[in-house]
Amino acid sequence: MVASPEDMTQLTQAPDRGGPAQPLLEVRGLVKHFPIRGGLFGRQVAVVRAVDGVDLTIRKGETLGIVGESGCGKSTTARLLMRLLDPDAGEMVFDGESVGGNDQAGGIALRDYRRQVQMVFQDSYASLNPRLTIEETIAFAPKVHGVSPTEARERSHDLLAAVGLAPAQFARRYPHELSGGQRQRINIARALALQPRLVILDEPVSALDKSVEAQVLNLLMDLKEKFGLTYAFISHDLNVVQYISDRVLVMYLGKVAETGPVEEIYDRPAHPYTRALLASRPSMDPSKRRTEPPLTGDPPNPVNPPSGCRFRTRCPMAEAVCAEREPPSAHLTAGHEAACHAVMPGSGHGAAPRIAA
Amino acid sequence: MSAALKMDPAAPLVRARDLSVRFVNRDTTVHAVNGVDLDLAQGEVLCLLGESGSGKSVTLRALMKLLPKQAKVGGSIEVAGRDVQAMSERQLADFRGGDVAMIFQEPMTALDPVFTIGRQIAEAVQRHEGASRSAADARALELLELVQIPSAKRRLAAYPHELSGGLRQRAMIAVALACKPKLLLADEPTTALDATVQIQVLLLLRELQEKLGMGVIFVTHDLGVAGEIADRVAVMYAGRVVEEGPVGPFMAGPLHPYPQGLLGATVHGGMRGKRLTTIPGAPPSLEKLPEACSFAPRCPIAEPACQQGVPEARPMGPGRMARCIRAVAP
Repeated sequence: MVASPEDMTQLTQAPDRGGPAQPLLEVRGLVKHFPIRGGLFGRQVAVVRAVDGVDLTIRKGETLGIVGESGCGKSTTARLLMRLLDPDAGEMVFDGESVGGNDQAGGIALRDYRRQVQMVFQDSYASLNPRLTIEETIAFAPKVHGVSPTEARERSHDLLAAVGLAPAQFARRYPHELSGGQRQRINIARALALQPRLVILDEPVSALDKSVEAQVLNLLMDLKEKFGLTYAFISHDLNVVQYISDRVLVMYLGKVAETGPVEEIYDRPAHPYTRALLASRPSMDPSKRRTEPPLTGDPPNPVNPPSGCRFRTRCPMAEAVCAEREPPSAHLTAGHEAACHAVMPGSGHGAAPRIAA
Repeated sequence: MSAALKMDPAAPLVRARDLSVRFVNRDTTVHAVNGVDLDLAQGEVLCLLGESGSGKSVTLRALMKLLPKQAKVGGSIEVAGRDVQAMSERQLADFRGGDVAMIFQEPMTALDPVFTIGRQIAEAVQRHEGASRSAADARALELLELVQIPSAKRRLAAYPHELSGGLRQRAMIAVALACKPKLLLADEPTTALDATVQIQVLLLLRELQEKLGMGVIFVTHDLGVAGEIADRVAVMYAGRVVEEGPVGPFMAGPLHPYPQGLLGATVHGGMRGKRLTTIPGAPPSLEKLPEACSFAPRCPIAEPACQQGVPEARPMGPGRMARCIRAVAP
């Protein structure tokens, strides 16, 4: 591809197409199953239902927090959103355009999609090329997308400054010469190098010490404002998600358990799993120690998830109906949905509200 | 039990004085621990709190003489009235697992993958108590029930990889408790666990500690975990304890600027929309022995006097200590 002279010198954020009401990313019925092969001929013996029918919406300019325990499919969801994995089913619409389209069907091509969506991973060292200097790492993607080498280098210096690392001091260093917090700043700078609109942050602060975690969270807030970004923030840390998110999505075993505005989820959790998750946070006050754990046991294996509601095996409110039918999403208040029979009118659960006559 | 009876009940279970650990190789020396004094009463839970590189895990390993040969350990360590430094390999083999046991962050590497859980527990009982195979197996079942592993009888025959993360962690605790140790050393045992499982394991450890009357030294970087389990907290920075005190007053208001900063930087509810306070900079390299307050370069209230020598440990009210010349008693 021959880039035009304008492209050589400029790489700007793609313009808004659908207007403010159009969600930046809308995902319906996302499914990803991983086959487990075994036996003599490598036949498929089982399937991991990592993501099993996830709907989500990321609005323009917001931060969507995705929380859940290990095995709930949050990282697989992140990789699907980035299209590092191809979904088995489901459709993704980015700012009104179907993702993975071609000339005949219309929509946005993966190459253009990936320029507008970037990702930051948890392991700051594994996600950097150890043989490239910091400035080469950051300038790599812009060069691939047709920016001249000089321009790309200047740009990498600007980004280094934007993430709080002095370019003169850091540009020529290699990843092993940096601390964990500094490396995570590099990963963030690299993600921003293509002027993306959506940044997927997969546990970006989980491996960092608390004092460094706070620095990186502050930086993420600043960059969001400065560059007009939208975040999908994946974490198992409920306190961090509460701090950074506008809306929260709670996942359990490949399904969405509850989604809603951050205040609703934290102040009025409707799903018993969300309540248990919130109650599991250690209290900072030694005089308010809990005596009973909110849940017993570990999350079940996603290879053979329980029938009906997947949470029922650990749920204190489980009834017969929970094993029979999978709960649909119940709309509670504006934007607040929970997939639980106990809040779904007329579901047959003892605690369910009555259907208004 | 016999050793415990011989001990004066008021005598400390752990007494370390001026403990230092240096890692020496041809090119560099790392001063990991630089003069730590630790006291632990019997049946007390002490949390060693600190960030990576603060020397908390090294301190813990020194208490059991688990450090590699290139580590130069100085100072004195007494556990249950015995001098750990002077012990021979043979004495250490009795001491480890008998008087003192340790649990780790990653049970998959701490447990042996080729033996069943039951066998690993029974082995410890046979080795230390000289019990018969059948008595040891019976004890293994009791222990699995003690750590609340469901269908314990079936799980005795399970291999570590067949258990979930939470159950594996419980199995490791069962191995550690096999010979009723007087002191349990816990190195971030809940860090790798999910939120709903972490709280279960914390509550289990607290319950077992009370039931068995063990002393526990619990290493963590998580203030919330310390708030949930500790009686007393010691905060480490650059190989020194910078503040120590009972958990309640400490959580309500730390005295040293480092834990103050740490508490401010820890995200908890009700901070939404506010900017997080951070500690600027990064911990110092420990290749040179710090000659002044190690925290001074990052400290918001540092003054020239902070550069003159390492701050003394100053008593700060009942049971509290801070190594800061500017700290004021509450």
